[in-house]
Amino acid sequence: MLKIDDVTMQFGGVVAVNGFTAQIDEGQIVGLIGPNGAGKTTVFNVITGVYSPTKGRILYGPDLNEDITGKRSDQITNLGICRTFQNIRLFKELSVMDNVFIGNHLRLKSGLLSSLLRLPHYRKEEAEAYEKASYLLKKVGLYEEREEKAYSLPYGMQRRLEIARALATEPKLLLLDEPAAGMNPQETQDLMEFIVEIKDEFNLTIFLIEHHMDFVMGICEHIYVLDHGMMISQGNPSQVQTDQRVIEAYLGVE
Amino acid sequence: MKDKKVLKYLILIIVSLVVLAILNNVLDSYQRRIVNLCAVYIILGLSMNLVNGFTGLFSLGQAGFMAVGAYTVSILTMTRQMKEMNFYMKPMMPFLLNLSSLNISFLPAYVNDFIWFLFALLMGGILAALFGLLVGAPVLKLTDDYLAIATLGFSEIIRIVIINLQTVTNGALGLKGIPVKTHLLWSWSIAILTIVFISLLMKGSYGKAFKAIREDEIAAKSMGINLFKHKVMSFSLGSFFAGVGGGLLAVSIGTIDPTLFKFALTFNILLIVVIGGMGNIWGTVASAIVVTIAMEALRFLDEPMNLGFMKTDALPGLRMVVFSLILMLVIIFKKDNALKANFERIRGRYAKN
Ligand SMILES: Nc1ncnc2c1ncn2[C@@H]1O[C@H](COP(=O)(O)OP(=O)(O)O)[C@@H](O)[C@H]1O
Ligand SMILES: [Mg+2]
Repeated sequence: MLKIDDVTMQFGGVVAVNGFTAQIDEGQIVGLIGPNGAGKTTVFNVITGVYSPTKGRILYGPDLNEDITGKRSDQITNLGICRTFQNIRLFKELSVMDNVFIGNHLRLKSGLLSSLLRLPHYRKEEAEAYEKASYLLKKVGLYEEREEKAYSLPYGMQRRLEIARALATEPKLLLLDEPAAGMNPQETQDLMEFIVEIKDEFNLTIFLIEHHMDFVMGICEHIYVLDHGMMISQGNPSQVQTDQRVIEAYLGVE
Repeated sequence: MKDKKVLKYLILIIVSLVVLAILNNVLDSYQRRIVNLCAVYIILGLSMNLVNGFTGLFSLGQAGFMAVGAYTVSILTMTRQMKEMNFYMKPMMPFLLNLSSLNISFLPAYVNDFIWFLFALLMGGILAALFGLLVGAPVLKLTDDYLAIATLGFSEIIRIVIINLQTVTNGALGLKGIPVKTHLLWSWSIAILTIVFISLLMKGSYGKAFKAIREDEIAAKSMGINLFKHKVMSFSLGSFFAGVGGGLLAVSIGTIDPTLFKFALTFNILLIVVIGGMGNIWGTVASAIVVTIAMEALRFLDEPMNLGFMKTDALPGLRMVVFSLILMLVIIFKKDNALKANFERIRGRYAKN
């Protein structure tokens, strides 16, 4: 589904990601962990075209035959990769419903003129988009809040709204950047179940960054560990958990 | 429920048109001119709000696009005799001079005239949109940081071009005797069409995509919105309406010259947009009306004043000083998130470098 091939991302003198290689297969939930500043978000930014990598390639597709390195973000999203953000990036002044509705914009076939004249085929598409958005909002439990502005929602709800918005783009691969940040244990538990649920319902492949160890260990089949931009370990949860290098990285032992 | 809303708006439109038709007969020509200007400024305000308020770009080229529209409409609608009278310094290009208006024999003259005027207005808009594309696309392709400077520059350049392109524009002498369309229904029908157009645009998926870009570009492109395509779309539509507004301005006042299209004009429209609220359609409509009337009412500021205890000389420009102060006060005291975001964005960008 996705192959990150020897990717390096350098910002001036800072090497945020250094020769990172990883592979995600269809239907998997894969985790990316590491201490703060390890380069995890940068990996997502490179996959989604926010940055073009200094070195390396990103391959995508069932047979990994699509080279998406350096493509624009919107092109990548069109191909079926969508993400959420660590520091929530909603369309703040817009309603909860519109946030999700906009997630559907890239799937719209009608042109500007048909939308202006509200031609029947545009109206049909729009009605379907609202239906889809309503469904997704119910799914994340925000349907009652649909009229409210996104910024007025409490933090946990904003995170769920971001997931609903991403789902509206109809992704095949969903990237979640610290989805449980700021959540209490109960909410975290609910989120885990929710992620498994949407993965099954929408046939998703999921690549996620998370700090809550129980979360990552409980949900991911495979985990990559980054430290200072370098991959220091990978494997299934129990392998990673017992890896001496991982323990050292997290405890800060030199 | 939905049909009811449409019906409500239809009734509102019909009532406005009837009121305007009546007003047209009641008002004197000076008052009519101001009411016409209100309609023109509604169009211009909405055009600028589309770009600056709804899409979060920062464009200051309004006067330039208006000039394109105004000259296009004037040249297309002026009679041959009028053109010959105007171009006494240097003759007009034969092609433009001989440009004849529509004349379908079996249609009555006023129908021909009507169609030709709409065509001229449309051409004014399209030409302005093309210029918008020409100026906007290269800037928007890279980053829109420099859009304000590029459009401001364009606006000045077009003025210089108009001054120097004597055989087309009659240079600094300007154009007089443009066939006027002072009936209120002309300008107001087009203003109403513009309101409907912008409302439908913002209600639909494309308008919402514009707003998403304003709110957060990174999130918008991560949701699959092609930033360049949508910014160019919004900017060209904005330029189109600026061109139409310019064309209407020309036919409501009947005389244009390059000094009309100085930055002060853009500034007036910016004032309307800021007072009306960035991204607020009805606010813009209301503020266009208020600002236009206020601008007329405050005309005495530019003239010599007798304050009883002292007499002042004429102070041309005092009106603009007052308006600048108003603009500053509005920006400082009004809680306008879209406006703030716009300025913050610009500040943030320049601060970075
Ligand atoms: N746009 C950028 N410019 C400069 N440095 C950056 C940029 N983005 C990330 N970095 C740096 O890259 C490193 C990794 O950051 P990040 O990927 O956000 O870490 P993580 O998500 O693992 O906490 C940090 O040192 C950060 O300061
Ligand atoms: Mg991060």
